[in-house]
Amino acid sequence: MLYYLAKRLGLSAVVVCLVVLVLFSLLYLIPGDPATIALGPRATEEAIARYAEKMHLDEPVWRQFLIYIGNALTGDLGLDVFSDRPVTAIIMERIGFTLALVFAGMGWAMLIGIPLGCLAAVKPNSWLDRVTGVLSVGTIAVPSFLVSIWALLIFAVHLRWLPAIGAGEPGDFSDQLSHLVLPAFAIGLSWVGYLARMVRASMLEVMGENYIRSARAFGLHPRRVIFGYALRVAILPTITLIGMGFGGMISSTVFAEIIFARPGIGKLIFDAVMARNFPIVQGAVLVATGLYILVVLFSDILIAWFDPRVRESL
Amino acid sequence: MIPVSENPSESETGIPAVDATGLPDHVTEAEIRESAAREHREKLRSFLTNWQGLTGLILVILFFASAIFAPWLAPYDPNALDVPSRLSGPNLEHLAGTDQLGRDTLSRILYGGRVALYIAAIGVSVSLVIGLILGMIAGFGPRWLDSLLLLLFDTVRSFPTIVLALATVALTGPSLSVVLAIVIITSIPQYARVARTATLTLRNTDFILAERSLGASMTRTLLHHVMPNVVGPLLILAAMDVPVVVTVEAGLSFLGLGVTPPTASWGTILNEGYLVIRDAPWMVIAGGIPLILTTLGFTFLGEALRDIFDPRMGKGR
Repeated sequence: MLYYLAKRLGLSAVVVCLVVLVLFSLLYLIPGDPATIALGPRATEEAIARYAEKMHLDEPVWRQFLIYIGNALTGDLGLDVFSDRPVTAIIMERIGFTLALVFAGMGWAMLIGIPLGCLAAVKPNSWLDRVTGVLSVGTIAVPSFLVSIWALLIFAVHLRWLPAIGAGEPGDFSDQLSHLVLPAFAIGLSWVGYLARMVRASMLEVMGENYIRSARAFGLHPRRVIFGYALRVAILPTITLIGMGFGGMISSTVFAEIIFARPGIGKLIFDAVMARNFPIVQGAVLVATGLYILVVLFSDILIAWFDPRVRESL
Repeated sequence: MIPVSENPSESETGIPAVDATGLPDHVTEAEIRESAAREHREKLRSFLTNWQGLTGLILVILFFASAIFAPWLAPYDPNALDVPSRLSGPNLEHLAGTDQLGRDTLSRILYGGRVALYIAAIGVSVSLVIGLILGMIAGFGPRWLDSLLLLLFDTVRSFPTIVLALATVALTGPSLSVVLAIVIITSIPQYARVARTATLTLRNTDFILAERSLGASMTRTLLHHVMPNVVGPLLILAAMDVPVVVTVEAGLSFLGLGVTPPTASWGTILNEGYLVIRDAPWMVIAGGIPLILTTLGFTFLGEALRDIFDPRMGKGR
């Protein structure tokens, strides 16, 4: 386990470095002066000179990269072009909204999707199974940003049940919660379908195993057999799916935040792109990608923890 | 991968009994052809009786036809302004209403399908070809190259698609070719991974070893012997990838980072509708329907094809 952990961590570290390299070289792949590109056409001469000095643009490119990666590792992502505030502080302000949204979205999808998949697998070809099948294909087929727009249209504009924009008054928990409902619904919906399908498929496979038959023969309660024995094994591919799908989740979070004007990381990146505020784009993209790598790493370690066979395969 | 058929005499003796035509003596060429034809008919029948597959096929044909024949089908010019009747609801003159500039939404949807088709056709085929080549090289080449390529694929996959697109557009500005490039780069790893796994299992099979011992070059082995066995699952994957590609295009155009106005795309229609969502809800409804139908069509088609041709592939999803 320790060997696997070391190898997996090393791999993630290399990937993070490559990600930083890609973000760094994007600036140089575009023809033109990096300072002008990074700061945008609105930047003053003075700002460009300051940026050039700050980014060590007079040094050779590889030194610049080393300096950049060193700064990034110590939490220094540069300064906001317009307000001159540290990018790290701005991201820290916003990241809570994004994390709350992602957890809420994934949370309700898991709460509904996993039991639905179990029930569908326990009684294959029952009406519940059929409904689940149609439901999951239906929810997977609708792109999440479309769900956001339509949810906004139906529940906020037409029915006026829930607020349409913003994240709620700071400090007012119930207000913040009511602002969380629609975006979380929108990004979680397709995951209900994914999870139900995945759990159903692996559950069906596991239910045919001998040890399940033995557990049943011992006279254990069916609920205990399903949730205590079968689900423990059947959940493994689902954990991988959640880990891998987290990137898609981040993408749909970007849309949900923009559509519902929620001040998270996605909205931050989008606004910075529109204002051509490149230090913010670079920093926030790095954080979002790092988050994704972390989640994939965590899910892989979790799998290796549950299933010793996986440890051998890296 | 096509399973290699074994005839019984071979498993008993270890040496296949072969006649002058190169076939085992208890089967004739006609019999083999007959059996292959029967299998084809079986597969076709199971596809035609699969309601999901058929629905998918119809929707996909509809998608292609409406995009290709858009100039003949569209009742109006997609960019023709008709300001007096702006933001009119669905009526007999404008079946899906008009937008803020009085442009006919139905015509814009039909023309928007052409952008989606363009991105899907070029994006999917280019990334499939590149992914296939890289995957075969990774699977067949030396170990270090394999590790290097895998690391590259992992890096590309570490970027959430939309986030990578945002970072790129921040530098280049919005354009259709940037969307295309993003789509291609982010789709390559999944094709390459599948191609690599399939190549790895083929690598040590007898017929590949025989081919190599006869002195065939690496290119010849890969192109003539490995590729035909690898490409099948990739095509099914491609059908499943179309919805993703179309959604990425629509999403980026929705954010104003894809096609530039006044070009119609499903994403820009949704964006224009989003801006007037309180006054004209039909625009976001009409703009979303073709997107859902396309996604549904390709997903159904891909799944039906997968279930029929490659039942094992389903386990990974």
